[in-house]
Amino acid sequence: MDKKITLSYGGGGEETNKLIKELFYKNFSNEILENAEDAAVFELKGKTAFTTDSFTVSPLFFNGGDIGKLSIAGTCNDLAMMGAKPKFLSVGFMIEEGLEYSKLEKIVKSMADELKKIDAKIVCGDTKVVPSGSVDKIFINTSGIGEIKKENISAHNLKEGDAVIVSRDIGKHGTVIMAHRYGVDTDIKSDCKVLWSEVKALIDADINIKALRDATRGGLSAVLNEWSEASSVSIEIKEDKIPLSDEVMGLCEIFGFEPMDLANEGTFILAVSNEDKEKALEVLKNFNQNASIIGEVKKGNKVILKSPYGSKRYIELPKGELLPRIC
Amino acid sequence: MNKLTLKDLYFKFRDPETIKALKKEIEKEAVNLKEPLRIMEICGGHTHTIMKYGIKQLLPENISFIHGPGCPVCIMPKERIDHAITLSHQKDVILATLGDMIRVPGSKSTLAKARADGANVVPLHSTLDVLEIARKNPNKKVVFFAIGFETTTPMTAALMHTAFKQNLKNIYYHINHVLVPPPMRAILDSGEAKINAFIGPSHVSVITGAKAYEFLVKDYNTPVVVAGFEPVDVMESILMLIRQKIKNTPKVEIQYKRATTYEGNLLAQEMINRYLEVRDTFRWRGLGDIPHSALKLKDEYEEFDAEKIWADILPNEPINDHKLCICGEILKGLKTPKECSVFGSACTPANPLGSCMVSDEGACNAYYRYER
Repeated sequence: MDKKITLSYGGGGEETNKLIKELFYKNFSNEILENAEDAAVFELKGKTAFTTDSFTVSPLFFNGGDIGKLSIAGTCNDLAMMGAKPKFLSVGFMIEEGLEYSKLEKIVKSMADELKKIDAKIVCGDTKVVPSGSVDKIFINTSGIGEIKKENISAHNLKEGDAVIVSRDIGKHGTVIMAHRYGVDTDIKSDCKVLWSEVKALIDADINIKALRDATRGGLSAVLNEWSEASSVSIEIKEDKIPLSDEVMGLCEIFGFEPMDLANEGTFILAVSNEDKEKALEVLKNFNQNASIIGEVKKGNKVILKSPYGSKRYIELPKGELLPRIC
Repeated sequence: MNKLTLKDLYFKFRDPETIKALKKEIEKEAVNLKEPLRIMEICGGHTHTIMKYGIKQLLPENISFIHGPGCPVCIMPKERIDHAITLSHQKDVILATLGDMIRVPGSKSTLAKARADGANVVPLHSTLDVLEIARKNPNKKVVFFAIGFETTTPMTAALMHTAFKQNLKNIYYHINHVLVPPPMRAILDSGEAKINAFIGPSHVSVITGAKAYEFLVKDYNTPVVVAGFEPVDVMESILMLIRQKIKNTPKVEIQYKRATTYEGNLLAQEMINRYLEVRDTFRWRGLGDIPHSALKLKDEYEEFDAEKIWADILPNEPINDHKLCICGEILKGLKTPKECSVFGSACTPANPLGSCMVSDEGACNAYYRYER
């Protein structure tokens, strides 16, 4: 029978130590962590970014990722979106007793894989095991510290004339999760990914980056509305420029969802000065061919979607729980 | 043979070039209209399409829309929502209902809030999922809160049919199915609305058939075109209505030929008639009592009728909307959302005072989202 995590693993005694050594140290292996002091000790250079995020997802494993990969990508992307290179992370696991050890191992391994890609480290952590029913299988919190490589990236920076670019086709993660929940078979994969390489390439190309934001919960709609409000500008989006895969569009048709409202976990929106837009697009296309210039910043305070046949409408901030429509 | 993809089913119906061509044709022919064309789209799905794709902006000045009462969530009176909430709080009850019903406010709460308070509320994607819930919870009473126009009614009948066949005795039904033709008649009979053409619902008509609208031609001399839900469908239907108007030959036409027939889905109609029957009267939020406008369980199935079984605890006092709300006049086509003094200020999708702000398909909600 598959080995399971029991309450004793969180007791602080022998089992806890075994879990820490055999699973966490082994996979997250680095000197700072393995010093096993009460707190991690390290040097920081210059301006620093710091963020935290907690992760819960059902199902734990989905096409293109799992809660582990998500917990690294989520926090590292928040750092990257501020122009910071992710360096040091903490992790907290809240585990429901009865979770299969093999599942936890798979989650930890996929975290380690993501960290390796960008040379970031987990330097401290904590594990709690709670009685069955107290959490849903596993919750993960990660906090991260990053070294700012480019300053003054902010949602408040948008000016009339700036261009808005999306890094790839939208809505994959949200669609995959919905498909899993409603029992629809699909080949599409979540976009879940750490985005530091993309951001680094933009910085190295000396692009005049105004704002960056990963389009997680609330999707493209939320980012555009947040920027419009923070910078007191209008953003005009051309509907036919929004990159969208047939699969995402098709599943949205079935469920009655708006692709622009769906979550992404490895897709970001970029605002750049108008003269840099083609150069930025070229950089992003090296990572994903679907990157696209979708719109322009204008005077005003609304997010407007322009159809290819001459009509306009507002894009609203998504509200409430995503639920399928009645008919 | 090429494999049919999902995209093939809709992308031609959103083709920008086709939409532009239809726009040109409408502009050309609308010049010959003797009076302005005031089209009521009955179905909330069409209201949504019109607003989402900005179709109003593509039409000449002598064509306007009046948004009809065809959103099943919007027209459900608060006291009926309170029924669902009350039932969900019963200790041995699992309350199952279709998707976005759970966020619709009753007089004090929503099913989503009831769920947060510990009530057993399950939002469904498919009506038939109720069977599985009932099987897995033999000691619970599963109440299916049935809502929707003729589109969703056959699924309720199919659920009953299957449950009886499988001998599942722990499913109960709270029927809130409403009918499209009676409110259309009520609105025209009120004599106030200046409607002179109708766009007929898409999915409702798949079930009822276009024949359900013959009364509009016979009794009111008004043209009807049953339209699909895509922008090309709506544009083409408007063109068909213009042509009927100019020739002065009102009739029932079907634009949505890929799914609708004149007779409709006879099997579904038969299934509905086997388990459900017309109520004497039903109260519509915003419109008031309309005779013969909704369905109920047939008496022979009363042992499964949640309204009867829990009659003692279900509140029945009518609850009116806020006195500043003009949803009734909007639903009758007398006013537009922007003429309402609380639109977008005291009344928003997050805190709707009236019916039309409640669901995505309500006129006020669509205006708020797309054209505020």
